[in-house]
Amino acid sequence: MDYWRKSPKVFWSFGIPPTIWLFAFFLAPLFLVWGLSFGEKQGIIEVAITGTLENYSRAVQPLYLQIFLKSFWYAGLTTFFCLVISFPVSLAITFAPERWKPILLLLVILPFWTNLLIRTYALIAVLRTNGYLNDLLELIWLSADSGLRILGLGDWNLFGERFNRLELLYNNFAVVYGLVYVHLPFMVLPLYAALDRMDRSYIEASLDLGAGQWRTFRSVIVPLALPGIISGVIITFIPALGSYLTPDLLGGTDSQMIANVIERQFKSANDWPFGAALSFLLMYLTFFALAVKALLTRHNEKGLT
Amino acid sequence: MADQPVILQIKQVVKSFGNVHAVNGVNLNIHEGEFFALLGPSGCGKTTLLRMLAGFEFPSEGSIKIDGKETRDIPPNQRPVNMVFQSYAVFPHMTVFDNVAYGLKVAKTPRAEVRERVQDALALVKLDGYDLRKPDQLSGGQRQRVALARALVKRPRVLLLDEPLSALDAKLREAMQLELVKLQKAVGITFVIVTHDQDEALSMADRIAVMENGVVRQVAPPGELYESPNCRFVADFIGRMNLFSGITEGHEDEGLLNVKTEHLGKLTIPHFEKLSGELHLAVRPEKLRISSETLPSSHFSFPGEVDAVVYHGSESHVYLKTDAGPQLCATLTNLSRSSVRPKKGERLWIGWAPEDTLVLSE
Amino acid sequence: MSVRSNNPIGPLDYTRRTWMRLVLLGTFIFLYAPIVTLVAFSFNDSRRNIVWRGFTFKYYEKAWNNSSLMEAFANSLTIAFLSTLISVVLGTMTAILLWRFRFPGKAGYEGAMSLPIVIPEICMGVAMLAFFSRIGWPSGLPWPFNLGAITIAHISFSFPFVTVVVRARLASFNRELEEAAKDLGAGEWQAFKDILIPHMRPGLIAGALLAFTLSLDDFVITFFTSGPDTITFPIKIYSMIRFSVTPEVNAASAVLIAITLAMTTFALWFQSRSGGQAGGTAHG
Repeated sequence: MDYWRKSPKVFWSFGIPPTIWLFAFFLAPLFLVWGLSFGEKQGIIEVAITGTLENYSRAVQPLYLQIFLKSFWYAGLTTFFCLVISFPVSLAITFAPERWKPILLLLVILPFWTNLLIRTYALIAVLRTNGYLNDLLELIWLSADSGLRILGLGDWNLFGERFNRLELLYNNFAVVYGLVYVHLPFMVLPLYAALDRMDRSYIEASLDLGAGQWRTFRSVIVPLALPGIISGVIITFIPALGSYLTPDLLGGTDSQMIANVIERQFKSANDWPFGAALSFLLMYLTFFALAVKALLTRHNEKGLT
Repeated sequence: MADQPVILQIKQVVKSFGNVHAVNGVNLNIHEGEFFALLGPSGCGKTTLLRMLAGFEFPSEGSIKIDGKETRDIPPNQRPVNMVFQSYAVFPHMTVFDNVAYGLKVAKTPRAEVRERVQDALALVKLDGYDLRKPDQLSGGQRQRVALARALVKRPRVLLLDEPLSALDAKLREAMQLELVKLQKAVGITFVIVTHDQDEALSMADRIAVMENGVVRQVAPPGELYESPNCRFVADFIGRMNLFSGITEGHEDEGLLNVKTEHLGKLTIPHFEKLSGELHLAVRPEKLRISSETLPSSHFSFPGEVDAVVYHGSESHVYLKTDAGPQLCATLTNLSRSSVRPKKGERLWIGWAPEDTLVLSE
Repeated sequence: MSVRSNNPIGPLDYTRRTWMRLVLLGTFIFLYAPIVTLVAFSFNDSRRNIVWRGFTFKYYEKAWNNSSLMEAFANSLTIAFLSTLISVVLGTMTAILLWRFRFPGKAGYEGAMSLPIVIPEICMGVAMLAFFSRIGWPSGLPWPFNLGAITIAHISFSFPFVTVVVRARLASFNRELEEAAKDLGAGEWQAFKDILIPHMRPGLIAGALLAFTLSLDDFVITFFTSGPDTITFPIKIYSMIRFSVTPEVNAASAVLIAITLAMTTFALWFQSRSGGQAGGTAHG
């Protein structure tokens, strides 16, 4: 690597255009929102930046604190389910035959490349009351019922009077299900990377010394994969926390997450200063999670290697 | 050792991966207290065989008995054997003490006994006082001692060592060779070591099995392996060898065999076994003599010209092209600082005693 | 049967255990069943029924004839194309800057550059909304200038991703190649053009595909920067879904999935092809 003074002409000609762009079309908008978060509404669209902390104190009132907590809870649940599913999946990919590995990995990543909106829509099409899953279940119910009729047991209504369609959508279950569906690859990839890097003889050594598979998992695999687990948890948690589309499309009236509240402030509620404060709080939480990750992985790297 | 009971009985063991037979019908008996080496080039199946003993792979066919007990479905954590890994596999997230104590803790050994046995094991490998170190604070040699202590503390019936010295530098490796042998005699545990380094096997093992393409070619003590290899592969793999092909021309009395060689004419060699057809003759370079005059009549003797002399410090290798054709290599020990070595282009006689000739029918 | 008994499952053959395979299978069903069903029913000759009533293209025809949907599609492609072009240029410049130079405040600069990757989409979306309304970005411009705001927003979140991809590629560059070119008389620009760009090419293509997909897929940020006359494909789909699930939307979605699949396949094909030539391209 060269010190920039070695060829300043190259340095400036490569450095200036992207830096200008970053400042003009990214940092400036962010700074504007930051300013708005200290502002007061005056009239319909007018906002005066007065340096008030009113918006922030409103954001920590129970009503909104509850939404923050709920968002944490959903993101946490999502992360937990992703971890539980991803561990065996990553382990299976790691120990798959060499020629199968890229195919299995691709199968995990491919949905990730598919449009988020379309994936969410696909979930709606499958899970809604008139959706494909309920259709399928009804079909099964009908054939089972007619089977019973043939056996002469029709009057007993063993499977109930008629098929009751399941309400799978527009509730909290649907939100967490959708979030897990969307974020699974975020967890599988870092976990796989950590497990694949791990020297297999550690596992063998543990088995050799008399530990069973479960003990080996607890005492050797999990501690050694910890950096991967931490980064998987954080990079799943962060986008899950800021999710907008999933709770918007799959959730019910009580499944709103922070992002939905922010959107409402900027659109229908038209309270930009408050929305700005909320979105900066969300951003601070994100930075906090990233800092935790950096701290934990550094600590771990020190302990390991 | 052979009078000791058999501790490891390997019978007709085959291990296939897809269509490849990594181990293809191995039979071995390893005795209690023996230092046994599995030697062979990479890919010969020695590591696969060792991993089957440890229980990381299960044989496709055949049986492995440890202490007379069939191990077919016994997982590694229930076998009375322990292993020292090539990479040592010292757990990086545990201290030296926790590493060595791991196997005992897993077996629910009382705490006081764990402490005592770990201290003893660390003392045995000369690592007393290192208990609280983390593996990243240890040198490669020390890490290996931890791996050794960790396996020995379990008091296994058999200790398996997978290329244990390959990651160490040359000086340290030789010191560890000596130490391993001493340690083995002291603890009296059967050691099975896998290595591709013939020096290592020759200097440490009581008996060596030489493997090639998944098959054991010869099992013998080091001296016998070196002086009486039973096939071309073993002769060539262990040490250096001058090899020529020939055809038997019948036996004379008193166990003398006539061989017509391709270039060196008819040679009569003491050999008792009846043989016919094509075979190979072999002579070790250090058994060759070179001289400015013809050698005594008890020796074979061929004139030739020095092609190259390669200096190796303690000895020199002289490559000599015989007038008859074949190139021969002789080792000369540099006995004194003023030893005169042959020069390239010099004309000399080269030869050897007939009884130093090895007859290889395979 | 004979194969199975011939190769017993070892203790580390986790992938060969039945329960592991079931987990793997279950996960793939979880991931793929909705998408596959969606695509399959876009061909079903029935408005809404799980029963298969025959194969049809009529919903594709309907989607094709839906002029507002097609307009949105054209908008999306235009934005993605422009955004990719500029993102690749800006992203590559940043990558070279960070790869080649040490300069004061570099850690902070790198942090700022990765901000668009890490901050929640919603925060970036509202920032763009506030920004464009504050500076009074003109509305009602003729096509394609009316897409300017969306395109700018897309570039802002895409080019740092291009930087990451290209920089990873640059890490494998042997500086001696560039020095050799200069030793042989090439100037700074000549060496850049002849040596560095050919080496970066796989990274540039991967970065471009990534930028294109990111732009084509984006909903949240576009949602805050689009107006009534600048509807993109995801925005259009979003408004259609809000009303109902129709085979027509299925068909439109299937087309987008097909585009993504084709691009991923191309990226993989290109990667596997250039993988072996990576060293060789430097000569060309």
